[in-house]
Amino acid sequence: MLGRTANGIFWMFRYLERAENTARLLDAGLRMALTRDNTKAEDEWRSVIKTSGQQAAFETKYDTYEGSNVWNFILRDKENSANILSTFELVRTNARMVRSSISSEVWEAINESWMNLKDQMKRPVAQGNLGKVVHDVRQAGMQVHGAMSGSMLRDAGFHFGRAGTFLERGDSVARILDIKYYLLLPSPSYVGSSLDTGQWDNVLRSVSGDRAYRWLNAGQIDARGIVEFLVLDDRFPRSLAYCHSALRENLAALARIHHQEGQCDTLMREADKDMNELTIEAVFENGLHEFLRGFINRNSSFAAAIADDYRFIA
Amino acid sequence: MGDTPIRFDEMFAADDNVRPAYEGYSDWYDEQDPKWLRRKHGEAENSFRKTGITFNVYGEDEAEERLIPFDMVPRIIGAAEWRKLTRGIEQRVSALNSFMYDLYHRQEIIRAGRVPERLFRNNAAWLQQMVGFTPPGGVYTHIVGIDLVRTGPNDWFVLEDNARTPSGVSYMLENRETMMAMFPELFSDVQVEPVSNYPRSLAKSLAACAPAACNGKPNVAVLTPGIYNSAYFEHAFLADQMGAELVEGSDLRVVDGRVQMRTTRGFQPVDVIYRRIDDEFLDPLTFNPDSMLGVPGIMDVYRSGGVTIANAPGTGVCDDKAVYSYMPEIVEFYTGEKPLLPNVQTWRCADDDSLAHVLDNLEELVVKEVHGSGGYGMLIGPTSSKKEIAEFRKKLQKSPSNYIAQPTLALSTTPIFTRKGLAPRHVDLRPYVLVSPDGVTITPGGLTRVALKEGSLVVNSSQGGGTKDTWVLAE
Repeated sequence: MLGRTANGIFWMFRYLERAENTARLLDAGLRMALTRDNTKAEDEWRSVIKTSGQQAAFETKYDTYEGSNVWNFILRDKENSANILSTFELVRTNARMVRSSISSEVWEAINESWMNLKDQMKRPVAQGNLGKVVHDVRQAGMQVHGAMSGSMLRDAGFHFGRAGTFLERGDSVARILDIKYYLLLPSPSYVGSSLDTGQWDNVLRSVSGDRAYRWLNAGQIDARGIVEFLVLDDRFPRSLAYCHSALRENLAALARIHHQEGQCDTLMREADKDMNELTIEAVFENGLHEFLRGFINRNSSFAAAIADDYRFIA
Repeated sequence: MGDTPIRFDEMFAADDNVRPAYEGYSDWYDEQDPKWLRRKHGEAENSFRKTGITFNVYGEDEAEERLIPFDMVPRIIGAAEWRKLTRGIEQRVSALNSFMYDLYHRQEIIRAGRVPERLFRNNAAWLQQMVGFTPPGGVYTHIVGIDLVRTGPNDWFVLEDNARTPSGVSYMLENRETMMAMFPELFSDVQVEPVSNYPRSLAKSLAACAPAACNGKPNVAVLTPGIYNSAYFEHAFLADQMGAELVEGSDLRVVDGRVQMRTTRGFQPVDVIYRRIDDEFLDPLTFNPDSMLGVPGIMDVYRSGGVTIANAPGTGVCDDKAVYSYMPEIVEFYTGEKPLLPNVQTWRCADDDSLAHVLDNLEELVVKEVHGSGGYGMLIGPTSSKKEIAEFRKKLQKSPSNYIAQPTLALSTTPIFTRKGLAPRHVDLRPYVLVSPDGVTITPGGLTRVALKEGSLVVNSSQGGGTKDTWVLAE
């Protein structure tokens, strides 16, 4: 497989995951805002913008956090280069670039979703249509993953795509957790206290973990439990532990296919050791923020090592 | 307006009787509910959008991807008729290949006085670097798309020889796929020759031209300028269908005297490159130094037998319309036979007598640039205004040798589907021809381009043309 193609598939799946995660965040924000009075709703929208890392860009354009400005900014505003529509366009552009290395099922799932999303976001999205748009972005992700799982040869391309997916997913969940944690727990003494359960519910929702968490914890909501769930529970497909082991498996498959290990495999051995020894006590003792920053930084190192090992760029 | 020439309709004879090739289709068509057909018409477009069979249009606001309109009435050619055509095409393509060889070697055709020396002296596509070099397998024109037009029951003419990089073959294949998906029962009623072998034949034919340096199974790659090129879809499609790598210039590098591609395992040699970029961008060291699309040093590797480039650099010489005008002489010189497929009558404006004739009859002629393509930069006398003709006259007088002129042909029509039922439109035909050391392969079918506007003779997709599935009936 060409290095450029591997790069294209890797990023195609990163962007797909990014679009989907941003849509989840928006969805959770909308739900919260709907149940609040106006001032509180603004707080909620601010938190959505902040979590998606777009605060600076948003504030150069708007003074207040009005709902429709927020979701349109996140969905389709050209002044926000990370908007969902542009992100999805990058999915499609990369897919077009690697067209001959993905199955037509995967390509068509992307292309059809792109046509649908582009059409729905041609004009500013009204509140009544927001739910559908957000749903369709998430649906697009499901369709592409389904098409991939059912139609693609388990060769290098498949594993580059998977590696991209889980790298991005882990990254995104860590960022959400990091920002929400600061927002929700102004000081460490709050750990374990029953703060606003609605807020925590929101965190879970934004990673589609609310149902699974309630199921496992019989409806109990507390900060420590949720952090443990999102960081360490490797049964949940969006937890950091799960993303970590999925990345490990795909890197191992790539090393097998290429008959050689690279820097990313060395990095993985270190990360694996750390992850195996990790306890929730240690996370809180050393600081959740520090842990999450470490996780995010290591993700960047993985991305760089993979690109280098597999000659993504000339 | 002058006399309206009698046009030949391929489906209906003058008495409205259906011609034999269309009988099976016509029987089927008459049984269909028009409402259902109209719905199918909409479905076709949708299916093309989903698969992404689009072409990019330059110069629009956003680099927009557009669909070439598809018409769901097939263009049908009878078995005997096709057999005749293929003999003519084979003869012409063999002659083209011999001509290329001769032109870059002893130039016997010029010594014999059959064509003038200026044919290559004035030819922008001529490559000095190819002189004395024989490409692997002796093949210059691996892929050719001969444009044919028809004016009567037995009157087929060659309009252009596209020997450089003919495009559109993906439409031939996808149009058939679409037709089979939409009207499966039609294909059990009418026996149609399949076109689906084309990618396999192409892969085989390219592999048969592997260079001397190749050991083992030849590695074939399709070289594309990238996703913003107007024909990118086709490049990806062909690579996918052949199981070949789709590469860009930045993926390739000359390493150890071979052209190698950067894979996730490191550099690996490529044996045959089906390039979809023009000569001048192939090698910045040899041609255009600003080219970002090509591979520095590829021409040296080529000349030393390290890689095969298809079509061979310098084959663009044949696409020149001045060369076209000599094709009857060229065919006869190399095959010793009269051409089976005639040229359209052509006046070379480089000759004073011809120029005088052309200037006197601009209102009735089609005038084309010698190096032009795609329907740009040409004059269609009968449909142009006085002002347009006057402007063109000036250009023509300024540099006559840049132009050739042809009569405005009454291209044949075939019906297209409209809201009001079948309606005749003008068409042309581009069959796809593969050349390898083992011989010439012609896929039974091709790309039928159709001018969708009533009365229009311009079939180019960039100017409102559409496409049709082209059927060759089984024997």
